[in-house]
Amino acid sequence: MTTQATDGQAAAGPAPGVDALRVEHLSKRFGAVTALTDINLHLARGEVLALLGDNGAGKSTLLKILCGYQLPDSGRILLNGEEVVLKSVDQARAAGIDAVYQDLALIDELTVYHNMFLKREMVRWPLLNNRAMRKIARQRLDDMGVGIKSVDVEVAKLSGGQRQAIAVARSVYSDAKILLLDEPLAAMGAKEAALILDLVRELKEKGDVSVIIIAHNYGQVLEICDRVNLLQHGEITFDKASKDTSVSELNEIVIAEYRKALEERHRAASA
Amino acid sequence: MSDTVEHAPAVTGDAPGGPPLGNGPFGLLKRTSKTFAEQREATVFVVAVLLVVYFGLKAPNFLTKDNLVNLSQITAPVAIIAVGEVLLLICGEIDLSVGFVLGFSPFLMHYLIDYYSVPVILAIIIALLMGVAAGWVNGALTVYLRLPSFISTLGTGFILWGLMLTTSNAYPANIPKSAEGIGRWIGSLAWAEIIWAVIFVLIFQLILSRTRWGLHTVAVGGNLQGASEAGISVAKIKIGAFMVTGFMGAFVGLQQAFQTNTIDPSNASYQPMFYAIAGAVIGGTALAGGSGTIIGAFLGAFVLSVLTDGFNLIGISANPLNIIFGAAILVAMIANVQLSRLRRAGRS
Repeated sequence: MTTQATDGQAAAGPAPGVDALRVEHLSKRFGAVTALTDINLHLARGEVLALLGDNGAGKSTLLKILCGYQLPDSGRILLNGEEVVLKSVDQARAAGIDAVYQDLALIDELTVYHNMFLKREMVRWPLLNNRAMRKIARQRLDDMGVGIKSVDVEVAKLSGGQRQAIAVARSVYSDAKILLLDEPLAAMGAKEAALILDLVRELKEKGDVSVIIIAHNYGQVLEICDRVNLLQHGEITFDKASKDTSVSELNEIVIAEYRKALEERHRAASA
Repeated sequence: MSDTVEHAPAVTGDAPGGPPLGNGPFGLLKRTSKTFAEQREATVFVVAVLLVVYFGLKAPNFLTKDNLVNLSQITAPVAIIAVGEVLLLICGEIDLSVGFVLGFSPFLMHYLIDYYSVPVILAIIIALLMGVAAGWVNGALTVYLRLPSFISTLGTGFILWGLMLTTSNAYPANIPKSAEGIGRWIGSLAWAEIIWAVIFVLIFQLILSRTRWGLHTVAVGGNLQGASEAGISVAKIKIGAFMVTGFMGAFVGLQQAFQTNTIDPSNASYQPMFYAIAGAVIGGTALAGGSGTIIGAFLGAFVLSVLTDGFNLIGISANPLNIIFGAAILVAMIANVQLSRLRRAGRS
């Protein structure tokens, strides 16, 4: 990384106009099943992108590739214009990508604060610095307005919404530049969902974090995202600014797809 | 389930980051006693004390120095092997081969010193590294080739057993004269074995509960998928636990050889593994993964030893002892399961 501007130009950060994340012709197969055929997407710095699509469209596979959990079969991933190969979760994190998985990746047996710092523990060598982690965890949850009385309880004892909030807090505070949220509102009540949405809104205002939200609930997501991509059969089939689309348009597309699939099935059954 | 955790101590408004039970010596005391009451070790500790009192009253020679040495020498090998097995049980694995690592390591030391003129210290280190290597193989078979550890370690155990029997012709061997000096510090001095056991137990309990490696071990056992999604290397954690277990097996093998002053092929058996797991279970380690304590296993090993030694002293033969061991294991496991259910139910 450039540390000093030598010729008067701003040295740090990507050049304006270069996408924070760019994915080109990404594909992934699992045996006979093609999860992703040809994914092309881009994400500007500070942009919030909603990635919508039916179950099995490949959303989670795409997310797992972007956060280094799985390798794609082909295609390129570019961060700030530079091609990267994300071979591990650690590598993706080092590159500034962090994810909240649909299954949350929380460890029931560990306390709230250990979960919030999992794999990023604060250490006063050779021991864990529990005191510092406890304090910061408490502070972050308070900042987010999450009502958890003690960060010392095991996460097994928390409600679904609280667990989700912890998983999201873990990623939001990881200093990631690209945040991937897989169904962040799935297990949430209205109040908790508002909390997560506020958090994303706040990130957006700060402007240097880009977010991809995978979601089912178009209405909630449309409110906060800049752009909508629709993922169907392993491809991005729809790309519009959120102000140019609506919940009803998205619904129509998805219902049309469902009808088409149903017809094909009928045709196949009668043939 | 309600959204809040009622039992949790309320955090005072002015110190949201402070420890939940306050600071100062009084807070520390409260916290310590609370922790003690919550620890599963506490129950085993009470059982151990009661047993010592019982046998102390019942058998006058129970609390003599000779018998305490004897007691420590029964406890130590079980406790040391349990250090490794607890780590494995926490991350959802088991090592059946450790008793055969134990059998092979003193023979290896003997071959190296007597047939290959390897210096004593180096021979001991190589014997210990053999245990570490066996652990690595166990781990690699389990993690990379995806064999259940029950099977991978069954296989390696037989191989080590066979290697030892073939190379020794199943005859006992003498401790090399040149190794006797260092052997005193490893196992033949009266208290050597238990001192090593305490050192290993304390170090590894600290690692388990206060370091990243320990935290990640619990994470891997608690939620394998979640741990790897969080970026934890499951392979490293599991293989590490197998390597620790192998090391402990090799070390105990040397200790027993020095302590009995002979290298006995019949030391190789499943027994050390079974006792270590029994000790771990009695000490509060669940076989389901995600939880366990090494100090608990040490206390469990101590309870087993007190039973063995105590019944022997009051004149009950060793034969019915297994009935008591079996019952103790079952009672401990039932208590583990029920207690953790109560703990969970009581908190939500």
